Amino acid sequence: MTDRVCIQQEPFDTAAEIRQLIEADQAMGAVVNFVGVMRDMNEGDAVSEMTLEHYPGMTENALQEIIKEARERWQLGGVTVIHRVGKLRPSDEIVLVAVSAEHRGEAFDGCEYIIDFLKTRAPFWKKEKTARGERWVDERQSDIAAVQQWNKQDQTS
Amino acid sequence: MIDILYFARFREKLGVEREQLALSSPQQTVAMLMQELSERGDGWADIFNGRQQVLVAVNQEMVKADAALNDGDEVGFFPPVTGG
Repeated sequence: MTDRVCIQQEPFDTAAEIRQLIEADQAMGAVVNFVGVMRDMNEGDAVSEMTLEHYPGMTENALQEIIKEARERWQLGGVTVIHRVGKLRPSDEIVLVAVSAEHRGEAFDGCEYIIDFLKTRAPFWKKEKTARGERWVDERQSDIAAVQQWNKQDQTS
Repeated sequence: MIDILYFARFREKLGVEREQLALSSPQQTVAMLMQELSERGDGWADIFNGRQQVLVAVNQEMVKADAALNDGDEVGFFPPVTGG
């Protein structure tokens, strides 16, 4: 099945994306999806707005590569990754990762793997607006730890 | 010539989004290019003096500092990514 990778300013319709994955292949018995949502707080400050920038071209390649790795690990059906860029406000949906598979185990794992690596390898940057002005968001240690966890599993298996 | 792109806080700090540069030697590596950029001083030195994390992509693939550069390459410099 083909992958759908999309970088866009417009909001996405999660239900429609899931429906599309389901209808694309009747052998798939599970769809797992992750939706990343903009929070109104970060590092203890209220955040009123966020601007997302990316590296056009490289972003799509990096996401395709991550999906390819996930497909090497698990039997996946369809994969959809949609990431928004531009201006976002609290409660706006930022990213959708949706994965279908014959059974839920692969779908859960594939979805988690893709979002974990998206966070550390796909070239997106967030700039947020707080009462104290604008600032670039720093990477999170917990995101790095999540990826290290996958790499550790590789070494032990 | 190589095309150099700067992203996010680097672009803002340097005030440059994109530039073209001639390779200073046929054996130039990413590390050598970063050294050359840091010699421009000020913001350039702050970013490229090795004290902060700089991610590098050559032709849109992430590489390490010892990667070789070739004429016509596109080099992207950016801070750790924060999408998702």
